[in-house]
Amino acid sequence: MDQQREHHESAHPSTATYVVIAAILTVITLVEVGVFYVPAFKPVLAPILLVLSAGKFALVVMFYMHLKSDHRLFTLLFSLPLLIALGVALALLFLFGVFVSG
Amino acid sequence: MTHAAAHHTSTGLDSRKMAFWTFIGSECLLFGSLISTYLVYKGQSVTGPTTHEILNIPLTSVSTFDLLMSSLAMVLALAAVARGDRLWARVWLATTALLGAVFLGIQAYEFTTFVHEGLTLRTNLFGSTFFVLTGFHGGHVLIGVVWLLTLLLRSFQGKLGPEHALNVEIAGLY
Repeated sequence: MDQQREHHESAHPSTATYVVIAAILTVITLVEVGVFYVPAFKPVLAPILLVLSAGKFALVVMFYMHLKSDHRLFTLLFSLPLLIALGVALALLFLFGVFVSG
Repeated sequence: MTHAAAHHTSTGLDSRKMAFWTFIGSECLLFGSLISTYLVYKGQSVTGPTTHEILNIPLTSVSTFDLLMSSLAMVLALAAVARGDRLWARVWLATTALLGAVFLGIQAYEFTTFVHEGLTLRTNLFGSTFFVLTGFHGGHVLIGVVWLLTLLLRSFQGKLGPEHALNVEIAGLY
């Protein structure tokens, strides 16, 4: 099994894929900036920006950091602390009453 | 190429890459705590300047976009190194370092402007949490730029062939 793993080659995305991802990232960034200047989006600005940022983050990690094509153990090594960090952040925000209105 | 080609490991994966992903995991925890601290104290400052008074969103968007494009240049550098294309490897490594330097320049300008407008590390909770968070990020970018320049130097010395692609990949992960 180890031998099998040793010969497992991670096929990195092609240059064309990298460029397509860059184009998508550019569009998302433009949308982010656009949304910021449209008054109608003001009440939901933070959730929209969070979703768009999460999308950019996922694209960079999957394609530019190759987690989509690399060994799953790397994904685990990255995702587990990320989930812990998100949990800690949410817990702190609740503890300090950030979500409590008024 | 990216896996344990040079030495045998129990997982079959390269130890350096494994260690680096573990390090990146720890970075998630570091920046998670810094971002949490910033969010927890957001809007709690007793004195100004505050977020809305001072942050320049268009400039921040430009610097964010600059870093995204540096990610593109980095993977193109990795692809060039992997296929043994020395010229384009140098071009993309230099581009990545340059984009990193541009980000640092924008951050230096931003920090200087904020200080002139009365926001320092000790002014209020916003200043403390903002400068610590973005300062740590800037420090990481600075280390990244130096790392890229050493790779560029290695390339000019003729010591950055396809067999060293993992070194470039790890720098790219950073």
